[in-house]
Amino acid sequence: MNGLAPLAGALALSMGLQSLPAWAQLGPLTDRIKARGELICGVNNQLPGFGNLDDQGKYVGFDIDICRAVAAALFGDPDKVRYVYLTAANRQSAIQSGEVDMISRNTTWTLTRDREWAVTFGPTTYYDGQGFMVRKSLGVEKLEDLNGATICVIAGTTTELNLADTFRARGIAFTPVTFDGDDSSFNAYEEGRCDAITSDQSALISRRASLASPDDHVILPEVISKEPLGPLVPHGDESFSDIMNWTVYALFYAEEKGITSANVDEFLKSEDPDIRRFLGQEGNLGELLGLKPDWVVNVIKAVGNYGEIFNRHLTPLGVPRGLNQPYTKGGIQYAPPFR
Amino acid sequence: MTSLSDQSHLRPPWWRNERILKVLLQVAFVVAVLLVFGILAQNLLASMRRLGISLGFRFLGNSANFGITEGLIPYDPSESYLKALAVGAVNTLWLSAVSIVLATAMGFVLGMARLSSNWLARQLATVITEIFRNVPVLLIVIFWYQGVILTLPGVRNSLSIGGLVFINQRGVKLPGLDPSGWLVPALAIVIAAGWGIRKLLLARRPELGSRQRNLWVAAGVALLAVACWVLFPEPPVRLDVPVLERFNFRGGIQLSAEFTAMMLGLVTYTGCYIAEVVRGSFLAVPRGQWEAARAVGLSELQTFRLVIVPQALRIMIPSLNTQYLTLIKNSSLAIAVGFSDLFNISSTIINQSGRSVEMFAILMATYLTFNLVVSYGMNWLNARVKLVER
Repeated sequence: MNGLAPLAGALALSMGLQSLPAWAQLGPLTDRIKARGELICGVNNQLPGFGNLDDQGKYVGFDIDICRAVAAALFGDPDKVRYVYLTAANRQSAIQSGEVDMISRNTTWTLTRDREWAVTFGPTTYYDGQGFMVRKSLGVEKLEDLNGATICVIAGTTTELNLADTFRARGIAFTPVTFDGDDSSFNAYEEGRCDAITSDQSALISRRASLASPDDHVILPEVISKEPLGPLVPHGDESFSDIMNWTVYALFYAEEKGITSANVDEFLKSEDPDIRRFLGQEGNLGELLGLKPDWVVNVIKAVGNYGEIFNRHLTPLGVPRGLNQPYTKGGIQYAPPFR
Repeated sequence: MTSLSDQSHLRPPWWRNERILKVLLQVAFVVAVLLVFGILAQNLLASMRRLGISLGFRFLGNSANFGITEGLIPYDPSESYLKALAVGAVNTLWLSAVSIVLATAMGFVLGMARLSSNWLARQLATVITEIFRNVPVLLIVIFWYQGVILTLPGVRNSLSIGGLVFINQRGVKLPGLDPSGWLVPALAIVIAAGWGIRKLLLARRPELGSRQRNLWVAAGVALLAVACWVLFPEPPVRLDVPVLERFNFRGGIQLSAEFTAMMLGLVTYTGCYIAEVVRGSFLAVPRGQWEAARAVGLSELQTFRLVIVPQALRIMIPSLNTQYLTLIKNSSLAIAVGFSDLFNISSTIINQSGRSVEMFAILMATYLTFNLVVSYGMNWLNARVKLVER
């Protein structure tokens, strides 16, 4: 960013967009992304299932597919994403400085972050909660047994704050050891530097699977917090936050309707006006967002519906669906109507 | 200039006048610098306005709500960000101070070894300095942490030295000293006795050399100290030996794994640079000095102590200053191994409060202050040992 960028943006805004009809007013960020031809997405590369690198060095995971879905909505091509690895600690500066357009990196939505990071959180893609993992040999069954323990934790997370709050409230003494990445934190735990490690339940399940001997470790049943994880975009461009929101809702909605990457072509023949509107056969939903009419079809073909993404990345690790079922199956994932 | 006024036709025009040109260039440079900073500040403020962020330091009073691994000053998560920062600053100072002392000692030993006539010592010192000088300091720190300390035995099977010092992957446990109420009177007695004995000897036995006199004083003091230990109802100082509990040791002095790794990393890296500084400084003392010292009949040791070291120190101090400043700045790598130094705690605060601009301003100011103080101290030392030109 040079000193003239805000000026140039303001000029472009005042001149170039005057000619468009009011309903298609796109913001500066959407324009920048479209002009660039790719989405820059801040992600994790140390959390198998959510975001990490496969053997070919490609980014894969649940959070990665959210980026791919947004790219498919914007460009019709899920591969038009440039990934930037972010630690928990440098997320905020990356989104504020415009280094990334969007973050999809197991990030908890809190009021402070919403205001202080100056960002807009998208719909929660994964309802999580903070838990603890310990060695079975220690015989720890509840948090009170951890009195005097050393606990590994990742810097710059809500986890760090919840740990201090909960243990203080219950009068349990502990020593935190704070690391700046998943790898260093779990590595120190495995080496025995800490008696326990705390993180989101999903992260514990994911990382436990990659420990040398997973059966020696147990995840305590106690969940001490709400951790709604989801994507986020910077303030200042509602048109882009709308694209993010409705892309995620499209994934939920497709699962509610039973539309998958395999049968989406069948649904294109559907007579149901709801489905026809959703898939862009009629109505102007795509146009309202500044996207192509068939944007939803592109998204579903690229990554599948929400359930498919979950089953592809998280189910193999043994992560239960739990709250993350659609509301029709007893979960709390719920998309507003597409009309 | 008035004397030249009648020869004004001989003076070059003002745009070729060197003095005016110099001033103009300096003005232009200052304006350019101010302009660059102005644009940067403008850009910052514009971006912050765009994002709807305000600047201000009031947030430092907010409760921190996160735990800190270790600190020399007591801290509780309910205290303010400012207090958390203070813990970090003290940790940075403590780490830097210990590392500077040890790195200097190591540098002197290695530097001398490289100059010694003993082949083995020379080769060994050369290999060590070349390895640590040519590997990035971050790698060295991580090597000490993950490669050495974390692979030590666990808490339950600590390496124990005489049942007093315990070494395990959680760090090093040293026995502490637990002073009792009797420490002050004991110290008073011992100091008074030492001073008294010295006065007596000076008065009664003036023929004694200073070395013999000091021996007498030391013997008297030691005898009295033992007497205090035995005769007082409780010993003036008690050893506080670490005891193993369910998860960890309690009592004694704890040097955490993270602190130890950081310290070892800084000491080995900077120590090897200091070794080179020391070696270079000794080599820079002219050979003639050695020969002159021998010519006036000084022994090898006296030559070294009285002639060579003072002159080498003079050459050393400015370079040592640079090494110390580098060490303090490198201490901010502590985040890589999770030691709670100033930078580590600041990055946590940045995350939890979202105040990156203010926090980086504080960080820069703090490190700048630390380094200016060290620089000032070293410059004072330099002025003290400088050659007095006559």
